[in-house]
Amino acid sequence: MRGRVLTALLLVAAPATAQPVTPPAPYANVQLADPAKEASAKALMETLRCLVCQGQSIADSDADMAADMRALVRERIDKGEAPASIRAWLVSRYGDYVTYDPPLSALTWPLWLAPIALLLAGIWVARSSFRRRAR
Amino acid sequence: MKRVALWAPLAIFALVFVVVISGLVKPGETVVRSAMVGKPVPDFALPAMVPGKPGLSAATFRQGQPRLLNVFASWCVPCIAEAPQLLRLKAAGVPIDAIAVRDTGTAIAGFLARNGDPYARIGSDSASRVQMALGSSGVPETFVVDGRGIVVKQIIGDIRPEQVDEIVQAVRAAR
Repeated sequence: MRGRVLTALLLVAAPATAQPVTPPAPYANVQLADPAKEASAKALMETLRCLVCQGQSIADSDADMAADMRALVRERIDKGEAPASIRAWLVSRYGDYVTYDPPLSALTWPLWLAPIALLLAGIWVARSSFRRRAR
Repeated sequence: MKRVALWAPLAIFALVFVVVISGLVKPGETVVRSAMVGKPVPDFALPAMVPGKPGLSAATFRQGQPRLLNVFASWCVPCIAEAPQLLRLKAAGVPIDAIAVRDTGTAIAGFLARNGDPYARIGSDSASRVQMALGSSGVPETFVVDGRGIVVKQIIGDIRPEQVDEIVQAVRAAR
């Protein structure tokens, strides 16, 4: 009896979801008609960080916020805005964190210079070891 | 020279080890702060969604009175937890306006009936556009806006009871 009541209650209970009650914006999951524009929108989306699922790009994420950001990117590309300007708009809202293509700044210079420095160090090590062998 | 070179790999390993362990012991902040703090509220105009309550536009924030801009949604669970604190802020004389993210009028009316209504205006942000323009990355978030329409503070997540006094003070200081 008790089990039956519990089952009935479970069936009646509404799940507590934290999902928007409205459907996603048009263009959140629909491609642009123009393949060239869609390609440039896709390329931009792959370099923008999803803000709620921070390891993913908005192109990869299923989060609602990412869907809204995809819709924003596609609409603006469709209107003819340049990808760089859309990225700059988002950076002015969320900071450099939103882009996976961080600009060179006082904070990010090691990121850009470390590969070059490591390559130079590698060449130096290789050169000295080749020299030793040649002798 | 050779001796130094011998120890270099161990030193590099130790450095990497320290970096990794410090990242594990003290993980970085996972919230994304808005870059709009210190800047004017972006221009927007959102339609009304609840009968008897006006929509919200940026002009409201340039009338010389500091206000709170609450970003919320009826489908957001922490927004329910935050509701009593917003009612206390309203009782303390702080004007509160809201944008409701991806919501419907009936859902918002139900939310206000259940959790109380601290809002002077509610604008419907159907595609999160104004939320993004504000640099908000989730619900709930609250912005303190001064009388000239400049964002002076962002509170990420639900307002806790112990934060209420601090917010009242921030609003008074924003005059």
